[in-house]
Amino acid sequence: MFGEEGLLNELLVERFNYCVYVVLLLIGLYAMIAKNNLIKKLIGMSIFQTAIILFYVSIGVKEGATIPIYLAEHDPHGHHAEHIVHLDEANTIDVSEENATPLRLSHEQDHGHHAPRSLTDEETLGYANPLPHVLMLTAIVVGVATLGVALALTQRIYRAYGTIEEDAVLAAIQAEDAATVIPDVLATKPKAKKG
Amino acid sequence: MKKVALAVTLFIGALLLYAAKDFSVWGHLQSPASASPVSKHFIADTGVDTEVPNMVTAVLADYRGFDTMFETVVIFIAGIAIIAILRRTGADADSPAIQRESDVVAEPDLIVTNTVRLLIPVIQLFAFYVLAHGHVSPGGGFQGGVIMGASFILVALAWDLPKALDRLSVDRAIMLAGVGILIYAGIGLFSMLLGGEFLDYAELSHVLPVSREMARYHAMLGVEIGVAFTVTTVMFAIYANLSTRGRLEGGL
Amino acid sequence: MTGLALFNLFILVFMVVAAVISLRVKDLLTASVVFGIYSFLMCLLWAEMGAVDVAFTEAAVGAGVSAVFLVATVFNVKRSSSD
Repeated sequence: MFGEEGLLNELLVERFNYCVYVVLLLIGLYAMIAKNNLIKKLIGMSIFQTAIILFYVSIGVKEGATIPIYLAEHDPHGHHAEHIVHLDEANTIDVSEENATPLRLSHEQDHGHHAPRSLTDEETLGYANPLPHVLMLTAIVVGVATLGVALALTQRIYRAYGTIEEDAVLAAIQAEDAATVIPDVLATKPKAKKG
Repeated sequence: MKKVALAVTLFIGALLLYAAKDFSVWGHLQSPASASPVSKHFIADTGVDTEVPNMVTAVLADYRGFDTMFETVVIFIAGIAIIAILRRTGADADSPAIQRESDVVAEPDLIVTNTVRLLIPVIQLFAFYVLAHGHVSPGGGFQGGVIMGASFILVALAWDLPKALDRLSVDRAIMLAGVGILIYAGIGLFSMLLGGEFLDYAELSHVLPVSREMARYHAMLGVEIGVAFTVTTVMFAIYANLSTRGRLEGGL
Repeated sequence: MTGLALFNLFILVFMVVAAVISLRVKDLLTASVVFGIYSFLMCLLWAEMGAVDVAFTEAAVGAGVSAVFLVATVFNVKRSSSD
C-alpha cells in the first residue's frame, strides 16, 4: 500500500503538505457555506484564502535551497570577504612599496566600480523561487484590507438588523418585504434558508 | 443545508486530491514553477540589474512595480470604503437596543499605559528599520507600514481612541494614504519625464549621482516609503472605524 | 524523518486543529484569538519553507492586525455565536 508506486505513497509521503492544504481549504469552504454566524463565515473565508496562499508559496519551495536573499559570495555589495583575503595576502607577502600600491588601487576600484555577475543555472538552484513570495506578499496585505471591508459590512448589518446570524437577518428581510407593497415586476422574494 | 454543504465540500475535496497527485514532488528542483525562465532570470540577474540583495523586494518594487502600485491603490480604496460603509448620517444613529457590552468607560490601566509608553518608541524604530532595510533583509514597505500602523493601534488600545486620533486623525490618515500613492506614482511619472517608461527607475540616474543600477536601488526605497505611508494610515483608519462603529469616539 | 520534516508535520497538524477550533467554538472572541494562533503557525510554516518575507508579512498582518480587526468587530456586535 505504501509501495513506491502506490497512490497513498504519492499523496501522503511525497505530497503530504498539499493534502493538508486541501483539508484546510475544505474546512474554510464548509464554514463559508454551512456556518450561520457572519463572523464565522469570514474566519472561514480567511482560512480558505490562506490555504490558497500556502499552496502558492509551496510551489516555490526547492529542496536544499536557501532563502531568496543573496549569500555573501553572490551579494552585489558583498566584496568584503574578498577584501579580507586580499589584505591577508598583502600582509603575508612582503609589504614593499611596489606591491602595496597596486593592491590599494584595486581595492579602491572595487569600491568605486564593482561588477556583480549573473548567476549560473547551477547557482540559481540554490535559492528558493522568489516570484510566488512576491505575489502572495501583496495578496496577504490586500487580504487584510478586504477582511476589514467585510467586517465593516458585518457591523453595518448588525446596525440595521440587530443580529449577525444569517437566518435571523434573512427572516428580518422577509418581514420587511412582506410589510412593503412590491410592484409585480420586482416580486421576487429571497428564499429563506434553513440553517 | 449542512448535509448539502458537506456533500459539496467532499466532492470538491475528492477532485482536489485527485488532482494533487499530478503536482510535482514537494520541493522538486525541476518543478514547472522553479524551472521556468522567469524565475531563473529573477534569481540570476537581480543582482546585476538592481544591485539589491533581497530578490523579493526587487521583484516587488521594480520588476512588478506596476502591480504593486495598484495593490497599494486597492488598500487605499478599502480604507475609503470602510469609512463610507460605517459613516453615520443623522437618521442613522444607534437604536438604544443595540448598545455595546463595552460601553462602560474605564480608566486606562496604569501598568498597561506605562508599558505601552516604553514599547511604542521601540516598535516605531523597528518599523523604520524594517522599511529602510527592505533591500538587504526581509522587510519593506508593507511590513514596516503594518508595524507602524500597529503602534498607533496600540495607543488606541491602551488609552482610548481620541488619544490616538490626537496624533493621527482619520482625515489626515486618509490624506497621507493618498500622499503615499502619489509618492509611488510620482517616482514613476518622474522617470517617465526623464525619458524612460512609467516606473523605469533606471532613468533617475540622470538626476541622482549614481549609476543606473543604483538609481533603481534607491528608487525602490522611495516607492517602499510611499507604500509604507499608505499601509500605515489605512490600517489605523480601518481600526479606528471598526472599533467604534464609525463614531470615532470612546475606547474599544 | 528529519527534524525539519517533523517540525513541518507538527505545525500542519496544529494548523488544522486551530482552524477547526476557531470555527467550532461558540465564543467569537475565542474564535478570533485562535484564528490569530492559526495565522502565527502559518507564519512559522513559511519561515520553514524559506519564504521569509511572506512569513514576516503574515506575522505582522495575519497574527497582529487582522486578529485585532476581528476582536474590534466582535466587541461591537454580539460576542456569542449560534454555531
